[in-house]
Amino acid sequence: MAEYQNLFTRVQVEAPHYAGVPHSPKGIWSRGVKASASYWLGKVGDAQIGPFYLGTTGVLSILFFILAFEIIGLNMLASVNWNPLQFVRQLFWLALEPPAPEYGLRLPPLAHGGWWLMAGMFLTASVILWWIRTYSLARKLKLGTHTAWAFASAIWLFLVLGFIRPVMMGSWSEAVPFGIFAHLDWTAAFSLRYGNLLYNPFHALSIVFLYGSVLLFAMHAGTIMAVSRFGGEREVEQALDRGTASERAALFWRWTMGFNATMESIHRWAWWFAVLCTLTGGIGILLTGTAVDNWYLWAVKHGVAPAYPPTFPAVTDPALLSGGAP
Amino acid sequence: MNMSNRIKLAAILGVVLLAGCGERPPITTVQLGFRGTGMEQNYNPRLQEKVAAANQVGAVQPAADPSGPLAKDIYQNVEVLSDLSVGEFVRVMTSMTEWVAPAEQKDCTYCHNIEDMADGSKYTYKVARRMLQMTRDINSNWKSHVQETGVTCHTCHRGQPVPSYVWFQDPGSGRENAFVGTRAGQNSAVTGLGITTIGHSSLPYDPYTPFLLGSLPIRVEGETALPTGNRSSIQQAEWTYSLMVHMSNSLGVNCTYCHNTRAWASWEESRPQRATAWYGIRMARQVNNDYMVPLTDVFPAKRLGPTGDVAKVNCQTCHQGVYKPYYGASMAKDYPELQRARPLPEAAVEALPADPADPAAGASAPAEAPAAVAAPVAEAPVRGPAPEGQARSG
Ligand code: HEC
Ligand code: HEC
Ligand code: HEC
Ligand code: HEC
Repeated sequence: MAEYQNLFTRVQVEAPHYAGVPHSPKGIWSRGVKASASYWLGKVGDAQIGPFYLGTTGVLSILFFILAFEIIGLNMLASVNWNPLQFVRQLFWLALEPPAPEYGLRLPPLAHGGWWLMAGMFLTASVILWWIRTYSLARKLKLGTHTAWAFASAIWLFLVLGFIRPVMMGSWSEAVPFGIFAHLDWTAAFSLRYGNLLYNPFHALSIVFLYGSVLLFAMHAGTIMAVSRFGGEREVEQALDRGTASERAALFWRWTMGFNATMESIHRWAWWFAVLCTLTGGIGILLTGTAVDNWYLWAVKHGVAPAYPPTFPAVTDPALLSGGAP
Repeated sequence: MNMSNRIKLAAILGVVLLAGCGERPPITTVQLGFRGTGMEQNYNPRLQEKVAAANQVGAVQPAADPSGPLAKDIYQNVEVLSDLSVGEFVRVMTSMTEWVAPAEQKDCTYCHNIEDMADGSKYTYKVARRMLQMTRDINSNWKSHVQETGVTCHTCHRGQPVPSYVWFQDPGSGRENAFVGTRAGQNSAVTGLGITTIGHSSLPYDPYTPFLLGSLPIRVEGETALPTGNRSSIQQAEWTYSLMVHMSNSLGVNCTYCHNTRAWASWEESRPQRATAWYGIRMARQVNNDYMVPLTDVFPAKRLGPTGDVAKVNCQTCHQGVYKPYYGASMAKDYPELQRARPLPEAAVEALPADPADPAAGASAPAEAPAAVAAPVAEAPVRGPAPEGQARSG
C-alpha cells in the first residue's frame, strides 16, 4: 500500500489477462482473443492490451477518419508544393480553408472549399459512428450510457461550429478551417467580427465549466491520491461502505470549505461540468451572428458592460469628420 | 531522486521552457488607459535599446539663406523646387545625396549626369523629382497624420536608395488554380516574398494590396447589438486583423496603443492615436496610388517585385518599429524647403506642370490611377475580404 503514496504511478498490477464479459456481435466482426501486456503502458495505466473489438461502426469510423485526415493532410502538403521538409517546418501554419463567402451554401470547386466540405463530411461521419460505437459498447457491457452522452455534448459543439451555424448564417465561410494556427486565427477573428465574444454570457458559462472541470479534476484526483494510503482509490467500495479514507477526505474538504462531495456525487459534478462546458459553448456560438451581432453592444444594452471614466481626450470617428479628407 | 535533484531538474526544465519563448525578460509595462481595462504597453528595455539605436535622425545640413536669386532662374530644369533660393536648393541636393544615395555612390552622380546637371534622364532623377513632390504633399496636406513633425527623405530612406521596409504584391504560391492545396493568401509561414511579417500567425499575408492600395472596407463589426444587416464575414475580419497586426508591428506597439480591446470598433473608447492611424492608412494609400504606382515604368526591372509591381509604402516604411518615426524627433522642421511650396508670382505658377501637392490636383488623381492599380485589387477578393454585400450570399 505504501507504494501508492506518490505523485507518479509506481505500482504495476500484473494479473492473468482478463478476456472480458462474453458478448455476441451480430455483425461480421468478433472480438479478438489475444491479449498482451506492456510494461511501459503499465507505467501509466493497465498493462494489459486487448482483446480488441472494433465492430462495424468502429471500422467505418476509422475509415472515415483516415479519409478526412488524408484530405486535410494532402491539401496541406500540396500547399507547400509537396515538399515534405516545408510540410514539417510550416505544419502549424498550414490549413484547409472553408469556401470563400461568395459561395454561400453552394458547392464550391474542389480547390476552393470543396475539399474542406468533403473533409468535414467525412469527419462528421467518423465522429457520429464513433458515438454510436460508444453507445452500443456501453449497452453490450450493460453499462449506463453516460460516456456517450458526454461525447454527444462535444459533438454538439463540433456540429454547431462546422455545420449548424454556417447553415443558419447561409455561408460555409462562417465555419472553422482545419489547421493549427488557422483555427486559432479563426477564433480571434470570430470574436473581432462579432464584437467581443467575452461579453457572450454562454461563452462565459462555458469558460466557467471549463475552468470548473479543471478545478474539480484537480480537487478530486488530489483527494483520492491523498487518501490512497487508506485504500481511498477503491472508490466504489468507499461509496457503498464509507471507510476511514472517505471520512478523512470529507473532513479535509469540510475543514477547507465547509462542504464536501461524496465518493459518488463528485463524479456527477465532474460529468455535468464537462458536459455543460461544450453544451453552453455550443449555444453561445450558435447565437453569435444569428441572434446577436455585436456582443459588446448587447452587453451595454443590458447594463452588463461598465462605463469607465475618460482617461484621454474624446475621439471622434475620423470618417465622420470632413468626409475623411486629410 | 532526492529532493535537491528534483528541484534542479525542475529548474533546468523551467529554463528550457522559457528559452523556447523567444523573448528574454524583463518586460516593462506602461499603463495607457483606465485601470482594469488592460490598456497597457509592453516593452522590453533590452530590445528597445536596439530599436532606439536603429532610429536616430539623419544628418541635417546648416540652414541656407532663403533670400537671393531663385534656383529656377539660375538653373534650366527646375520644376519642383522652383520657390527655393539657390542656397536652399543646393542644401536640399546635398541632403538628398546624404539621405538617399547608396554608400558606394554618395555623390551627385547618383541622379545627375555630371556633364549636364539639367539632364533628367537618369531614373533616379525622375524618381527623386516625384519624391520631392510627395514629401511636400505629405508635409503640407497630411498634417492630420504627420502633424508638425513631418517627414524628410531620410524618414523612409535612412541613407540608402531602397528603404528597408517596402512591400510588393505577393506573387502567390503558384497553386491558385491547382486541384489541391490552394492557400487562399494565408496559412503560410514562408510566402513567395520570404518569411511573412504578419506575426507568427497564419493570417492573410498581404493585407497591403486590399487596404493600402485598394480601399476595401476595414470595418467588420456591426453597429447594433442585434443583427441589422451587417454582412461582413469572418474571413473579412481575418484580413482586417492582418492589417492591424502589421500596424502594431510597424509601430512596435500592442493593439491597446489604439484600442480599448473590449470594444474594437468604438471610437469613444479609443485613444487619440487611433484617429492618427486612421489618417495614416489613407495617407499610405494615397502615396502608393498617386506616387509609387505611376512610377512603375520609371524604375528599372531589377527594382520591381515578382509580379512586376513597384515597391510600395506601408506603416513600417516610415515608422520602422517605433510609435512615431525617430520617437517623434523632427528633421522636417529644419527643412522648410520640404514643406509646402512658397507661393510664386502668377506667371511662374502657370509655367509649372500640374503639381499633385496641390490639393485640387491631388483630389482628382486617384481617378487617374493607372490600370496597374485596379488589377491586383480586383484579384484579391477571390479569397480576400469580400465586399460587404457578398459576405453572406445564399
Ligand atoms: C536623389 C537624386 C539627386 C541627387 C543625389 C542630387 N540631385 Fe540635383 N537634382 C535632382 C532633381 C530631382 C532635380 C530637379 C529638381 C526640381 O525639378 O525642382 C535636381 C536638380 C539639380 C540642379 C539643377 C540643374 C538644372 O540646371 O536644372 C542642380 C544644379 C543640382 N541638382 C545639383 C546637385 C548637386 C550639386 C548634387 C550633389 C551634391 C545633386 N544635385 C544631387 C536630384 C538629385
Ligand atoms: C514615404 C516614404 C518615402 C519618402 C518620404 C521618400 N521616399 Fe524615396 N522611395 C520610397 C520608396 C518606397 C521607394 C521605392 C524603392 C525602390 O527603389 O524600389 C523610393 C525610391 C526612391 C529612389 C529610387 C531609388 C533606387 O535606387 O531605385 C530615389 C532616388 C528616391 N526614392 C529619392 C527620394 C528623395 C530624394 C526623397 C525626399 C525628397 C524621398 N525619396 C522620400 C519611399 C520614400
Ligand atoms: C496604430 C493604431 C492601431 C493599432 C495598434 C491597432 N488598431 Fe485596430 N484599428 C485602428 C483604426 C484606425 C481602425 C479603423 C480603420 C478604418 O476605419 O479605416 C481600426 C479598426 C479595427 C477593427 C475593426 C473595427 C470595426 O469597426 O469593425 C478591428 C477588429 C481592429 N482594429 C482590431 C485590432 C487588433 C486585433 C489590433 C492588434 C493586433 C489592432 N486593431 C491594433 C487602429 C489601430
Ligand atoms: C510618410 C511616413 C509615415 C507613414 C507611411 C506612416 N506614418 Fe504614422 N506617423 C508619421 C509621423 C511623422 C508621425 C509623428 C506625428 C507626430 O509627431 O505626432 C506619425 C505618427 C503616428 C501615430 C501617432 C503616434 C502617437 O503616439 O501619437 C500613429 C498611431 C501612427 N503614426 C500610425 C501609423 C499607421 C497605422 C500607419 C500605416 C497605415 C502609418 N502611421 C504610416 C509618419 C508616417
